[in-house]
Amino acid sequence: MSEPLLRVENLRVELPSRRGTLTAIDDVSFTIAPGEVLGVVGESGAGKSLTGAAIIGLLEPPLRVAGGRISLAGRRIDNLPNEAIRRIRGREIAAIFQDPLASLNPLYTVGRQLVETIGTHLDLSPTAARERAFSLLREVGIAGAEERFNHYPHQFSGGMRQRIVIALAIAAHPRLIIADEPTTALDVSIQAQIIGLLKRLCRDHGTAIMLITHDMGVIAETAQRVAVMYAGRIVEIGAVREVISNSRHPYTRGLMDSIPRIGGRRERLHQIEGSMPWLGEIPPGCPFNPRCPEAFDRCRHQRPDLLALAATKAACWLYDKAQAPVQGLVDG
Amino acid sequence: MIAFLVQRLFQAVLVMLAVALIAFALFNYVGDPINSMVGQDTSVTERERLRQDLGLNDSFVVQFARFVGRAARGEFGLSYQQARPVGQIILEKVPATIELSFLAATLALVIGVPMGIYTGLHRRSWLSELLLAFSLIGVSLPTFLIGILLILVFSVGLGWLPSFGRGSVVQFGWWSSGLLTFEGWRAIIMPAVTLSLFQMTLIMRLVRAEMIEVLRTDYIKFARARGLTNRAVNFGHALKNTLVPVITIAGLQLGSIIAFAIITETVFQWPGMGLMFIQAVTFVDIPVMAAYLVLVGFFFVVINLVVDLLYHVVDPRLRVDRDRIGVG
Amino acid sequence: MWSTRGSGSTATGSALAEPRSAQAAARSASKLRRIFDGDLWWSFRCSPVTVAAALVALGIIVGALLAPWIAPHDPFNPASLSLLDASNPPAWLHGGSWTFPLGTDNQGRDILSAILYGSRLSLLVGFSAVLLALLLGVALGLLAGWRGGMTDAIIMRIADVELSFPAILIALLIDGVARGVLPRDAQSEIASSVLIAAIALSFWVQYARAVRASTLVERNKEYVQAARVIGVRPVTIVLGHLLPNVLGPVLVIATVNLALAILTEATLSFLGVGLPPTQPSLGTLIRNGNDYLFSGDWWISLFPGLVLAALILSVNLLGDWLRDAFNPKLR
Repeated sequence: MSEPLLRVENLRVELPSRRGTLTAIDDVSFTIAPGEVLGVVGESGAGKSLTGAAIIGLLEPPLRVAGGRISLAGRRIDNLPNEAIRRIRGREIAAIFQDPLASLNPLYTVGRQLVETIGTHLDLSPTAARERAFSLLREVGIAGAEERFNHYPHQFSGGMRQRIVIALAIAAHPRLIIADEPTTALDVSIQAQIIGLLKRLCRDHGTAIMLITHDMGVIAETAQRVAVMYAGRIVEIGAVREVISNSRHPYTRGLMDSIPRIGGRRERLHQIEGSMPWLGEIPPGCPFNPRCPEAFDRCRHQRPDLLALAATKAACWLYDKAQAPVQGLVDG
Repeated sequence: MIAFLVQRLFQAVLVMLAVALIAFALFNYVGDPINSMVGQDTSVTERERLRQDLGLNDSFVVQFARFVGRAARGEFGLSYQQARPVGQIILEKVPATIELSFLAATLALVIGVPMGIYTGLHRRSWLSELLLAFSLIGVSLPTFLIGILLILVFSVGLGWLPSFGRGSVVQFGWWSSGLLTFEGWRAIIMPAVTLSLFQMTLIMRLVRAEMIEVLRTDYIKFARARGLTNRAVNFGHALKNTLVPVITIAGLQLGSIIAFAIITETVFQWPGMGLMFIQAVTFVDIPVMAAYLVLVGFFFVVINLVVDLLYHVVDPRLRVDRDRIGVG
Repeated sequence: MWSTRGSGSTATGSALAEPRSAQAAARSASKLRRIFDGDLWWSFRCSPVTVAAALVALGIIVGALLAPWIAPHDPFNPASLSLLDASNPPAWLHGGSWTFPLGTDNQGRDILSAILYGSRLSLLVGFSAVLLALLLGVALGLLAGWRGGMTDAIIMRIADVELSFPAILIALLIDGVARGVLPRDAQSEIASSVLIAAIALSFWVQYARAVRASTLVERNKEYVQAARVIGVRPVTIVLGHLLPNVLGPVLVIATVNLALAILTEATLSFLGVGLPPTQPSLGTLIRNGNDYLFSGDWWISLFPGLVLAALILSVNLLGDWLRDAFNPKLR
């Protein structure tokens, strides 16, 4: 098996607070292969964005990485000094966020922001940098690149702004893009365009994408594998088709069931009773056990690790009798 | 852009007229214009005739127009207290206040802005804590108290600096400058520091608060996520975004130094417009009060206008002639 | 963005429902309140500076309230004064005595008693001015926000014009006009009222603006529209429904303003246009003592000055803490 591009092992992120130390991300492990799209789904507060932040070294204090390893192409990156991580950001791993208007500095032209980013990572002459900026704008589908180069962010529409954000992210041809809810703030029609753009870039440049979202539909369309997060842990991870059509973990099943379907029998909308626990109130054992329709005694006392099944892994004691638990690293 | 300029100018003129109206009302109805022109032993009939001649029985609008016209030329009648033209008195006092205010404003900016930037960037260092404590004291201590404390230490205690007056001044035509002599500088230091302290700490807190807000924004996070250097992020992006909104407020604050000069000039017996105004209030010298009002009003209107225009020049979101797009 | 609390947003196409029964919601609401109260008290207790500030402010306020009972002398009864006691230094210096712990001024008035009574007046004027400004500002803000149109335009124009000038200037002006208009003998008696009015009239604008902004937002909300449809009278809507919702920022402004009001009063008194020497506030006391700085009687100005500084500082600190505690962004 070839070396994965990104390897996250037993990542643990803690938040010291007045109420003691809270664990925001608890023993999360996964990999991303070069050029692969990994979806990360979960409710708000499940820890998806934090995982992305931890990988790129942008956790805001007092949040901190308290354990585990993060490796990029075999090289460990979670313990690097600040300057070393800065050089990785943008050049090897890029990140884009939800709100494109808020992501762009309103006081600088789009062109200036592009050239600045290019100049930080690539050693190009000012003219060459400008040319590259133009080509980037064209690549993300902005017409009239030469003219729009001198425009300010507020002079673009929402969808175009997200394209500019993407252009900024790929300016130095990173190998991995962490996309945190890239389409949530956009209209549905624009969403499709942006997703299409991301897919195209992924294909053309071989960039891997960690697609964080709570929209299962986007995942189904774009990702090869998907990880389902709940209360700071991964509860199921595997090939997209498998996870969607043949979910193992009761939580994932609950998610899939609650997606309303067109056609078929008309029945009441499914919902999962209760709500995801807040950081300070995560129950012992499996965090989902209070809401799980199939919980039994072991679930309440012992926390399940990811257990390997046919094409997926699920963290659920229901599957312990069928397979022996898999320790350590997690591959697709 | 032109339309905006015209609109602001029009507003400025309206405000000026409002101020002039208040001054006029003060002049005519609280005070007695005749009083400021004649001696005590003028007879009643003569006063009545003077009234008629001066058009004081004309309609309100006419009188107001006349007042505005005269004010524009700098004629405000005679001071009750000193029995000489108010315009002349003002001309004597203006340089003292202008020099003091200018020096205080410079101090406030030159010290306040860098302190604000530092405490905004390095939130947990001991120096920041110290500066913040200092700023709290600066905002809490009344200006006059600061002045008195400085006098106690440097004049009464150490005897290094004079506690009143401008020292020796050099005269250029109608302007008198105290900045060209050593004595003049010795005299201006304490008043300038006193006057600037409140503004300095205010500006520092303002810059700091804005900097912290800016550092929290998504575009700063995205800038970091793109791998821009700390220097580029802090000084290229954060600083510029911090200073833009600060310009308006700081500009207005510095403008108000002219008004706060009243207090400082009183403490240090500094012969400027502020001291003149206070003496006029205690003596109920209406013409002087009215004149000061118009002058200071004019000054503020100009400052407001300049600051507004500056903001529009600096913030590209406002340059296009349409409504602001969701700007805070 | 990278925070532990989720944004709670659900976009189109999302499949994750978050059901909450009414009971669960009520439970979490009251729990939230308990946590909040706990948080507030906790942040108070854990900040020694704030606790110290509260104690100092409380001390001065209590001293001021109880002045008529705990002041060792009555500094305003001319019969009880003796020039023999004039210009005594504080008790711990040579020439001082513990009958006058902080010394006396040039007329034999006990400084400590004068400070107690003076604080009373400073606090009285400060609180009253803020209260008046609040009432005026909230009323005008509600009016402007609710009515809109011409009323709004006029009120906001006046507010804008007034905001271009520093408060002290406006207060000075109003005070000066009052002096010119009112008969001279009545001035001493109503000086405090004029002062309160002057300060209030220069401070109301902030309240009006904040309340107007909130009103404009709340006015379009459904509960207001529902009330209108039912036919509830506008006054009831405004006072009963809008008012509680717009008061939040007002309270924060008020605490910050209190320190400023006390400062402004002290400044005006120091300048000689505030409270007269017959009923001196701390500012007036400092003014009195200013003349004697050079003759060496520094205590006449300094002690009132220190008390004034301590008062303003502690109120400012309390205001800062309150503002941080109520600011959702900092939690």
